[in-house]
Amino acid sequence: MKRHLISAADLSRDDAVLILDTAEELARIADRPIKKLPTLRGRTVVNLFYEDSTRTRISFEAAAKRLSADVINFSAKGSSVSKGESLKDTALTLEAMGADAVVIRHHDSGAPHRLATSGWINGSVVNAGDGTHEHPTQALLDAFTMRRHLEPGTGGGLDGRRITVVGDILHSRVARSNVLLLHTLGAQVTLVAPPTLVPVGVATWPCEVSYDLDAVLPKSDAVMMLRVQRERMNAAFFPTEREYARRYGLDGDRMARMPEHALVMHPGPMNRGMEITAEVADSPRCTAVEQVANGVSIRMAVLYLLLGGASPGEAPAAGTSAAPSAAPSATLSAPTTARTEETDR
Amino acid sequence: MSKTLIRGAQVLGGEARDVLVDGETIAAVGEPGAALPADGAEVVEAAGHVLLPGLVDLHTHLREPGREDSETVLTGTRAAARGGFTAVHAMANTFPVADTAGVVEQVWRLGRESGYCDVQPVGAVTVGLEGKQLAELGAMHESAAGVVVFSDDGKCVDDAVIMRRALEYVKAFDGVVAQHAQEPRLTEGAQMNEGVVSAELGLGGWPAAAEESVIARDVLLAAHVDSRVHVCHLSTAGSVEIVRWAKSKGWRVTAEVTPHHLLLTDELVRSYDPVYKVNPPLRTETDVRALREALADGTIDCVATDHAPHPQEDKDCEWAAAAMGMVGLETALSVVQQTMVDTGLLDWSGVADRMSHRPAAIGRLDGHGRPVAPGEPANLTLLDPAYRGRVDPHRFVSRSRNTPYADRELPGRVTHTFLRGRATLAGGEPA
Ligand SMILES: [Zn+2]
Repeated sequence: MKRHLISAADLSRDDAVLILDTAEELARIADRPIKKLPTLRGRTVVNLFYEDSTRTRISFEAAAKRLSADVINFSAKGSSVSKGESLKDTALTLEAMGADAVVIRHHDSGAPHRLATSGWINGSVVNAGDGTHEHPTQALLDAFTMRRHLEPGTGGGLDGRRITVVGDILHSRVARSNVLLLHTLGAQVTLVAPPTLVPVGVATWPCEVSYDLDAVLPKSDAVMMLRVQRERMNAAFFPTEREYARRYGLDGDRMARMPEHALVMHPGPMNRGMEITAEVADSPRCTAVEQVANGVSIRMAVLYLLLGGASPGEAPAAGTSAAPSAAPSATLSAPTTARTEETDR
Repeated sequence: MSKTLIRGAQVLGGEARDVLVDGETIAAVGEPGAALPADGAEVVEAAGHVLLPGLVDLHTHLREPGREDSETVLTGTRAAARGGFTAVHAMANTFPVADTAGVVEQVWRLGRESGYCDVQPVGAVTVGLEGKQLAELGAMHESAAGVVVFSDDGKCVDDAVIMRRALEYVKAFDGVVAQHAQEPRLTEGAQMNEGVVSAELGLGGWPAAAEESVIARDVLLAAHVDSRVHVCHLSTAGSVEIVRWAKSKGWRVTAEVTPHHLLLTDELVRSYDPVYKVNPPLRTETDVRALREALADGTIDCVATDHAPHPQEDKDCEWAAAAMGMVGLETALSVVQQTMVDTGLLDWSGVADRMSHRPAAIGRLDGHGRPVAPGEPANLTLLDPAYRGRVDPHRFVSRSRNTPYADRELPGRVTHTFLRGRATLAGGEPA
């Protein structure tokens, strides 16, 4: 695996499957009474959030803490650091504090890439959502959720599965990361949206595009509904909320046209009555809550694999028995070791 | 009066000639070794070098007054001399805006004091570049600066009525309106060219149509009122088609292209490195090809640098927070050599036409863009086209270093620049 996770495109199929499999192992531990592993003891993970996202920050924080890392939450939102140079200065500060990983959420596309490639810091950078670019851990937790339901077991991808992503593709970092990751995992992705919410240039993406939700639903193994901000209406992306909901929203009638086994997914927060009706959101087919839970396992796996992949000499003194070795192939055994330690307690 | 003998230079890339400069003018041009009255002259050995008329830039941001942290008239004109320019047009988007006779005269005077390059101020079209009320165009024309070119560059004169009136009004003194063509509503939040790359990077798109629609409107307006319109930094294949069509009608439209739009594409934005952030944005390979062809066939009249200095902190940040623009004076001729001359699209006399004669003609600049011939003003540029070297921003004489060419190998090097007979650049260094 690469040292940073900026884009879903950074992941090979093997990388992606390894993360999903590792997350499965870690999820099992989460079911035990003592959830904490000593794996990243002595390591520092910084949550650098330039944009409010309590859900994502808490998810990363829980993941890091369950791996025994020291967590520093740095919220840049609302403080004087909102422009340019501050990212550099903040990065230099974090570097001086010895951050092993920086989880960054930023309102500007490319900020995590810049942080990772500018030479300002040495630690790993994890993109927790940047502008309208990418949100790779969201795509990983979505794929994890899909695999659990559609292709249970480890070692495999989502080959041949047909995944439909519906909504504001143009402004969605979730959609971009999902298209890339699901394609890597062998799934066939179809994007559905009004043409105004599909980016010019989408033709080169590894997916299909349709403007007709009803035509796509019967062929879908999972349907992911993206949040659509009501304000988009004011910029003429669609005429009215009602028209959007009628043409692109998922209600009970539409859900009934999906195959029996097909999932309804939503990255949250949901706009009930807009892209999804309450009936669908609360139905057993909707995995929105499960996705949140899976997010912690996925983020544990990502932090574990990124930080564990550092050179053995950098392994922390404490908890060395549980520190993953440099070889990715050894990572699966590490949680096993960790489990042992847990039993030792 | 001082004399300089430039020995064995290829005039406009042609046969080797000895050129004698006496005082402010070219005294004689002769076969190599011809008996020119060169006693006491300083000799410049120029075998293998190309001698061009001094370059003229229609589009330079000198930043003074107001942003002296990024450039001053002095540092900017030294950079111009380094790039082989003997005249630059200083854009009006300074602080205060160059929208009065007082400000344009101030800039003009600073240029004269610098002595490195003639500075011809561009006047704002509208007060404060606000696009609402015409600035006192006549007063700026009648000032010591003698403004001919008017532009709200940085902003588009998007109101069709204001644009029409400006085009009509400047006819009284043979002025020209230079338009920064950017439909503002179509480019709200725009960060880069809209297309395949912007879709992947999730950066707000700047569609080609936002440039082309304004150019189309403006050539129609210029035709309607029979005035002169100049298109700044034309950047798309579609814009080329519109200008070609307008010229085929005989309408008085001229256009410029920047060196960076002749060389670079939006693929570079994948690095999210703000040195590639510029307005109009870097476009696609198709556009680059169309721009080169249009410059070669004369549809695009000239190369203009859009030299836009910015301090380091305005580029040392995330993409969206960064300023738009690139410095260009010190690398322009090298980029043109690489993209136009070394590719066989243009010979050196073509370069003289596109970088000296035509921009001087558009700006109605006396004494620039003249033939290299006896009796003409000695505004000259001497370059070594065989030189190869990597661009080192730390060697720039500009106050800013926001170049997209750092560490890139570019051909050619300007060794001497003469402004009315005085060497403003000698041996590659400002003199
Ligand atoms: Zn401009």
